[in-house]
Amino acid sequence: MSSPVVQLVDIKKSFGPVDVLKGIDITCYAGQVTALVGDNGAGKSTLIKGLSGVQPYDSGKVIFAGEEVSITTPGQASSYGIEVVYQDLALCENLDIVQNMFLGHEEMLHGTLHEPEMERLATKALQSLSVKTVKSVRQKVSSLSGGQRQTVAIARSVLREAKLVILDEPTAALGVAQTEQVLNLVKRLASQGVAVIIISHNLNDVFQVADQISVLYLGKMVANLDRRETSYDDVVAYITGTKTQEGN
Amino acid sequence: MAEKEVTSLASGHEGTVRDQARSYLLRLKDGEMGSVPAIGATIFLALVFQFLSPFFFTKINFTNMFVQAAELTMLAAALVFVILLAEIDLAAGVTAGVAMAVFIRLLQAGWSWIPALGMSFVVGIIVGLIIGYMVAKIGVPSFVVTLAFFLGFQGLQLLLLGEGGVYRIEVPEVIAIMNSNMPAWAGWAMLAIALLLSFIVSLWDRNRRTMTGLVNKPFSIIIMKLAVVGALGAVAIYIMNLNRSQGVIPIKGVPIVVPITLAILGICTLILDRSKFGRHLYAVGGNPEAARRAGIKVVSIRVWAFIICAILAVVSGLFHASRLQSVDGSAGKTIVLSGVAAAVVGGVSLFGGRGRISHAVIGAFVITMIDNGLGLLQMPAGVNYLVQGGVLLLAATIDALARRRGGVVGRN
Repeated sequence: MSSPVVQLVDIKKSFGPVDVLKGIDITCYAGQVTALVGDNGAGKSTLIKGLSGVQPYDSGKVIFAGEEVSITTPGQASSYGIEVVYQDLALCENLDIVQNMFLGHEEMLHGTLHEPEMERLATKALQSLSVKTVKSVRQKVSSLSGGQRQTVAIARSVLREAKLVILDEPTAALGVAQTEQVLNLVKRLASQGVAVIIISHNLNDVFQVADQISVLYLGKMVANLDRRETSYDDVVAYITGTKTQEGN
Repeated sequence: MAEKEVTSLASGHEGTVRDQARSYLLRLKDGEMGSVPAIGATIFLALVFQFLSPFFFTKINFTNMFVQAAELTMLAAALVFVILLAEIDLAAGVTAGVAMAVFIRLLQAGWSWIPALGMSFVVGIIVGLIIGYMVAKIGVPSFVVTLAFFLGFQGLQLLLLGEGGVYRIEVPEVIAIMNSNMPAWAGWAMLAIALLLSFIVSLWDRNRRTMTGLVNKPFSIIIMKLAVVGALGAVAIYIMNLNRSQGVIPIKGVPIVVPITLAILGICTLILDRSKFGRHLYAVGGNPEAARRAGIKVVSIRVWAFIICAILAVVSGLFHASRLQSVDGSAGKTIVLSGVAAAVVGGVSLFGGRGRISHAVIGAFVITMIDNGLGLLQMPAGVNYLVQGGVLLLAATIDALARRRGGVVGRN
């Protein structure tokens, strides 16, 4: 098994009297897709927000590439190589693909924007993911479909040389064909050695891309399953709390 | 995945001149019309007014329009910076008025004109900073903040200059801006420098692309663009260099305000198109939340936009004072709405994120032509306002429709 990129140990978080995360342990490996599943309110978003620095954890250890780190701001998360692809994508429709992919991290030359270099790197990133659905890298994002936008957002994390990419419901708003494209993209992203965490309600998607399936139930990690050794019914049982794993 | 794999990813620089022309037409069809409707309107209006009035295309009126358009162009360019953020600065005109009132008062207090003018720009910067802070940091809608300044500063102008106060400017350098002309050779030199600069920038861009290993557009496109600009510029300068005086003393040459305006607009265009600040300004205008998540300091971008707007507005106020050779207590009140109209008519989107400095220039010419042409036809001022209002409404409607169309395209 490949080396762990991020390890969470005994993570706790509460909002006032409500314990949202009650001691979570999870490990994500380079080149693997970890699916984070669980019903609404299970604590998926809270877990992700802590990793991305939006909402720090109360206690617990975050071990990143073998070292214990503390992530309290999005900037810190980004500097460790953690990128989040949000559900609402956060793209500027009035800018083109290249401009969006480099937003906030523009390449400069002699004090001016180095457009050709950005165009080259963006093209390379898209090609490395074998993206074929986009016509031109200079297309405005407003002219792109939902799947294409998701592609741009994921490619942006490749560009930043992310070590851990967190995808929040990447297929929620997509049709069948586009879902297929995005899932293939996620697989290719992992095959480049990136650790991927994907949050999804759609178990079809989960079984298609995930190597590891982690189930949250009311703030506890009730199961860490190998996708090849589990079944659809098992996962549903864990999600709904009718089944628990021994030793957890 | 081979490194050399050829994919279908294009950059828009491929193909022959014909391919480029075709993709341009396609973009027009997709609703990215930019300033095309305004250029059409300019040509249409020119033809109509020429047909209706024998004075419209005379040497003197042709040059006059450039001088008349200068103030409005500068103000519209100022407003581009805030309209790109989907904000508005209704106080731009009166900010300029207050700055000019400070200018004249300092002159009267014995200051020499350069520090006095410097001080009036400081006033503009401070006003821009305050407005920007209130909008960006405190979160008061810009419409309300600037409306308050619009009202308050009319009062401040009156207090500074007194009820009905009009003061002559006795500074020849300031008066020269709008009232003096360059010698003929300087006009041609200006055109040559402008063409040369734009040629050098194009070569520089091509060189960067070549060095990065990317394809370039056909070289002939650069030459064609330069040829068109050069030809139009040459005609304009030729006409302005003719004697347009109706008296004994000859008046000829390109007005001094023209190169000043071109230089400032050129710098603004460079800032918007090629600087990090410009890119971030467009990003904040397009989607502030996305910009924030990308690590852009949204508050500081907004504050700077209002400061730049105020600085350029003061330049516009200086042009106004120079043309009238005086400063009065009611300056800047009406022009700001024409400035907004000019920017929008030229193709700057009120929804933010879309628009260029060149759009403001073209829009300012449309509004100036309407003003000028209807004046020549001796239409009452009421008709003038009605037509300007109608044009603004039309432009804003086109903007909204184009935006809706873009949205529909994005969803399929």
